[in-house]
Amino acid sequence: MNDILLFTLLTLGLLGTVMAVILYFVAQKFKVIEDPKIDLVEDVLPKANCGGCGFPGCRNFAEVSVKAANETQSLEGLNCPVGGNTVMKEMAAILGLEVEEKEPMIAVIRCNGSKANSPAKVQYDGPASCAFAHNLFSGEGGCQFGCLGLGDCVASCDFDAIHMNPETGLPVVNDKCVACGACVKACPRGIIELRNKGKKDRRIFVSCINKEKGGPAKKNCSVACIGCSKCFQVCPFEAITMENNLAYIDFEKCKLCRKCVEVCPTDAIHELNFPLRKPKPEVTDAAPKERPAKVVAEAAAPKADETSNETKPDNIA
Amino acid sequence: MKSLKTFARGGVHPDENKFSANAAIEALPLPKQLVIPLGQNLGAPPKPLVKKGDIVKVGQLIAKGEAFISANLHSPASGKIAKIDDALDASGYRRQAIFIDVDDDIWEEHIDRSDDIIRAISLSKEEIVARVKECGVVGLGGATFPTHVKLMIPGGKTAEYLVVNGVECEPYLTSDHRLMLEKGEEILIGTKILMKALGVEKAIVGIENNKTDAIQHLKKLAEKYSGIEIQALYVKYPQGGEKQLIKAVLNREVPSGKLPIEVGCVVSNVGTAFAVYEAVQKNKPLIERVVTVTGKAVKKPSNFLVRVGTPVSDLLQAAQGLPENTGKIINGGPMMGKSVSSPDIPVVKGSSGILLLPREESKRPQAMTCIRCSKCTVACPMGLEPFLLAKMSKLELYERAEKDNIMDCMECGSCQFTCPSNLPLLDYLRLGKQRVGHLIRTRK
Amino acid sequence: MFTISGSPHVHGDENVKKIMYTVVYAMVPAILVSIYFFGLDAARVLLISVMACLFFEWAIQKYLIKGPVTINDGSAVVAGILLAFNIPANIPSWIIIIGALVTIGVAKMSFGGLGKNPFNPALVGRVFMLISFPVQMTSWPVPKALFSSQVTDAITGPTALGILKEGVGAGKTIEQIMADPNMPAYIDRLTGNMTGSLGEMSALALILGGIFMVIRKVIDWQLPVSIIATVFAIAGVFHLIDPTHYIDPTFHLFTGGLMLGAIYMATDMVSSPMNMSGKVFYGVGIGLITIIIRLWGAYPEGISFAILIMNAFTPLINSAFKPKRFGTVAK
Repeated sequence: MNDILLFTLLTLGLLGTVMAVILYFVAQKFKVIEDPKIDLVEDVLPKANCGGCGFPGCRNFAEVSVKAANETQSLEGLNCPVGGNTVMKEMAAILGLEVEEKEPMIAVIRCNGSKANSPAKVQYDGPASCAFAHNLFSGEGGCQFGCLGLGDCVASCDFDAIHMNPETGLPVVNDKCVACGACVKACPRGIIELRNKGKKDRRIFVSCINKEKGGPAKKNCSVACIGCSKCFQVCPFEAITMENNLAYIDFEKCKLCRKCVEVCPTDAIHELNFPLRKPKPEVTDAAPKERPAKVVAEAAAPKADETSNETKPDNIA
Repeated sequence: MKSLKTFARGGVHPDENKFSANAAIEALPLPKQLVIPLGQNLGAPPKPLVKKGDIVKVGQLIAKGEAFISANLHSPASGKIAKIDDALDASGYRRQAIFIDVDDDIWEEHIDRSDDIIRAISLSKEEIVARVKECGVVGLGGATFPTHVKLMIPGGKTAEYLVVNGVECEPYLTSDHRLMLEKGEEILIGTKILMKALGVEKAIVGIENNKTDAIQHLKKLAEKYSGIEIQALYVKYPQGGEKQLIKAVLNREVPSGKLPIEVGCVVSNVGTAFAVYEAVQKNKPLIERVVTVTGKAVKKPSNFLVRVGTPVSDLLQAAQGLPENTGKIINGGPMMGKSVSSPDIPVVKGSSGILLLPREESKRPQAMTCIRCSKCTVACPMGLEPFLLAKMSKLELYERAEKDNIMDCMECGSCQFTCPSNLPLLDYLRLGKQRVGHLIRTRK
Repeated sequence: MFTISGSPHVHGDENVKKIMYTVVYAMVPAILVSIYFFGLDAARVLLISVMACLFFEWAIQKYLIKGPVTINDGSAVVAGILLAFNIPANIPSWIIIIGALVTIGVAKMSFGGLGKNPFNPALVGRVFMLISFPVQMTSWPVPKALFSSQVTDAITGPTALGILKEGVGAGKTIEQIMADPNMPAYIDRLTGNMTGSLGEMSALALILGGIFMVIRKVIDWQLPVSIIATVFAIAGVFHLIDPTHYIDPTFHLFTGGLMLGAIYMATDMVSSPMNMSGKVFYGVGIGLITIIIRLWGAYPEGISFAILIMNAFTPLINSAFKPKRFGTVAK
C-alpha cells in the first residue's frame, strides 16, 4: 500500500510541477501589456455596464479614456452619466487631468396622455411591445404621438428607475434614474428626453410632443399642447420655441420662473418639486371643470409609486 | 385542360366562408364628400395639383406622381375641392388627403363610358405603358405597386410568361371572383394588353378550385384568345402570393430577395388586368374598384363597385348596417388584413374588402409557451423557421435574424394561424423585419 | 369599442390541450391491455402516477414558481401515463411518487416547464428509478390474464429480453435460449402475454395508438419508422452473419420497450428535433444506440438510454438540419 501511495504522490507531484513551470513560461510569453491606469480607472467606475457613456461596458470606457488622456491630454466628450461628477473627478485625478462639472440629468416623460386625459377609443390585443404597437396603429387614445403604455422603457431600464403606473397607463421616473439614455432609445415615439435635474430637483417641461394643429390634438387628449403660443409670448428668458404646433422649453435657458405654467390653457406644461403657490382669488373661466379632473388623475400617481416625488401641478381652482 | 396544381411547401387551410360569392357587383351611390388620401400606392405619394376651391370633373388628374416609383391620382367625383388636409388612414395615423365636396356626376369628355367591349388593341407597346402610367393604375391585389413600373422590365432580363392572379386565397373576400364572372372578357382583353406591353406570348391565369364557375366561364372565353391558359389550382392559402403562384403554375422558384422577373415571369391581379383594359381601351383612369363587405353577422354580404375616397361607413350602411356585436373591423382579409379603429376611413385603391368579425372571434386566445412542435415551420411557405425568427426578434438579435432570411418572410400569417400555443409569431416577425430593414438601409 | 391587433385575425383549430389529449386517447388501447394482464395493480400504478404528476405540477407552479397553473393543458397527464408505462405493475406506490417528483420537478419544472425541457421527462424519471431502486424496477410480475382461471406459482419472472441477455452472457446458442420455458412464444410476444413493464406489453395496441396519432397529425410516422427500421436492419445483418448467436430481428421488434419508446417517447415534441431530416437522423441514432446496448451492452433493454442520449444532441441536430428555404432551388 505504501508503495502505491508513494508512487502516486511522486507522479502527480512531478506532473503538477512540470505543468506549473510550462504554464508560467507561457503566461510570461503571451502576456498582454496593458497600461496599469486602465485597471485603476475601471476600479472607480460604477461597473453597471449600461452603455450610457456610449461604449460597450465599463472596461471599454476605461480603455478609451486612458487612450484619450494619453493622446489628447483631455477627457473631452467622455462622460459616465451613472457615476456622475464624483466618478469623473476621481478618473481625472488618476489620469492627472481636469474635468469640468456637468449638470446632473434625468429622464423626463413628455406625455400626459393618461387613461383619463386620453380615453381609449379602441382596445389593443397583442404582445406588450411598444415598438410593435407603434407600427400597428396610432394608440388606444388615438394620439399618434402619445405614450402607448406597453412598457418598452420599463423593460430597458437597468437601474429600476422607471415603472408603469397602472392607473394612468404612463411611465413614472424616480430618483434612481442616472440618465443613461436606455429608455430614451427604447421609446419608439421619442417621448422620453434627458433634461437637467434642475436646482433643488425642480424642472419645467412641456408634457406633450403632439405636432398636430390644436383641433385634432385636443380631440384625442384633453391636456395636449395646442400650439397657442401663450407660453412663448410670456417667457421673459426666450427659453421657449414654437415649431410644428408644439412648444419646447430649452432647459439650459429656463430659469424656473413658472410664468408659462400659469398661462397654459390645457395644463400641458408641468412644474416638478415646487412649493405650493398661494391660491389665486380669481378663477379663470376658460376650463374650470377640467382642472379638478386632472388633479384627481395626477393624485393617483404618488399613491401607486411611492418612490416618485412628482407632485401635482398646483393650480388648485 | 390540365389537372389541378399547387405549390409544394407549406400553407394552411383556413375556413373559406365565401358568403358573398353569389352577390352580383352593385354600384354604390356617390357619397356627399370624398376623402382621397395621397399615399395610395407603394413608393412616393403623388404631389397634389389642385387647391382649395377648384372645380373638378370625374377622371381629372388631381395629383401627379413625380418619383420613379409613384402613381397618378384622379378625381373619382365631380365637385369642388373642399380642402387638402390630414385625414385618418386605416392605422389611425393622420396622412395628407384631398377632400372633395361631391356635386353631380360629370365626367371628363375623353373617357368612354359605354359598356361595349372593345377587343382590338390599337396602341403600341410603348403607348400602352404610357397610358397605364397616365391613368394611375396600380396593383389591385393589395400591394398597390405602380403597374407601369412593373411593365418596364429592367435591362438584361426578359419576360417569358405573364401570370394573372385570380386566386383570391384570402377567406371571405370575393371581389376578384365576381369580377371574373361579370367582366371575364374584359379581363382577358386586359391580359392581352399586358402581354403586348411585356412582349410575351404566353399567359396563365391561376384560379383556385373553389371558384369553379369562374374557371368554366373564363375557360370558355379564353378559347377566343390565343396564348392565354386557364389553370385551376387546389385551394391552399397563401397561393395568391406571387412567388407561390409562380411555383404552382410553372414550378419555378423566385430566388430569395429577388423579383419574379428573375424566372421570366410578371404577375398581375385580375383586378389590375381589368383596370388596364379600362385605361387602354376606354381611356378611364383608376377611380373605382370592387370592394367586398362580408362577415358572419353581416345582414347583406355584398360586393360593391365603389369610388375611391368613399367612407367605409357608407359601405356598411349599404350592407344593411354594422352588426351589433362587431368586435373587429378588418380592412382586407382575415389572414393579412389590417384591423381599423373606426369605419370613418376612406376606401383606397388597395382596399379589397371589409370584414366584420363578431366579438367572440375578436379576442386572441391566451398565448402559452412554445412546445417545439414545428407546425409553424411546416406551414411556412418560404421555408423559414418562424419560432426561431420570432425569438430572435424578441431578443433583438437582428444580425442573426437577417442571416436566417427574416426578410424573405411574406407576412402571410400561416405560422401564427397554425401555432397550437397561440404565440404572436407574426407580430414579432414583423417587428424583426422592420428593424432589420432599417439596419440594412442605414448600413449602405 | 373595437379591437385592434396584428394579422392574422383568425386561428386554426390546433391547441396544446387537443394535442395532449390525442396522445392520451392513443394510449388507451395500451392501458386496457395492461389492465387486462396485470389487473388492478396496473390501474393502481396508472392512477398514482397520473395523480402524483398532476399534484407535483400544481404544487410547484403555485407555491414554488408562484406563476400561472397550467395543469389542464394535459401535459402532466401524458407524462404520468408514460411514466406508468415504464415501470412494473408490482412496484410499491411510494417509489412511483418519487418517480413522479423527479419526472415533473426535475426533468420538467426545473428547466422552465412545458416546452423547455431538453430531456423526455418520463424517461428521466424511469432511469432515475432504475438506478436508485434496481431491485424493485427489475422484478417483473408474470401476467395473469384478467378473466382466466390460470394459476401460476411464480409471481415474478424475467422479461424476454432479460432471458436473451442472460443466455447470451452464459454462452448459450439462440436455439437453447428460445427453448427456455420462461421465454414467451411468438404469438404471446405479439399480443403482449409476457412479463414486462405496463407499456411494454402489446405491440399491436401501441401501434394502433400510433396510427391514430399519425392520422390526427400529432406525430410524424417517419420518426418511429426510422427507429424501428434501424433496429431491424442492424439486428438483421448480425442475424444473417451468425444465426446461432444473434436472434432474428422480429424478436427485437416486439419485445422490450421498442414500440413504446419509438412511438410515444421519442416523438415527444419538446425534446425531439424540428426538421424532418433532423428527425430521421435522430431516429437512426436512437435505433443504433438501442441495438448496440441490446446486443453488446450490460442492460437487456437500451431504448430509454438511447433516447436520452439523442435528446442531448437535439439542439445540435436543429442547427445542422434546417428546412430548405424557398428560392434556393432554381427549378
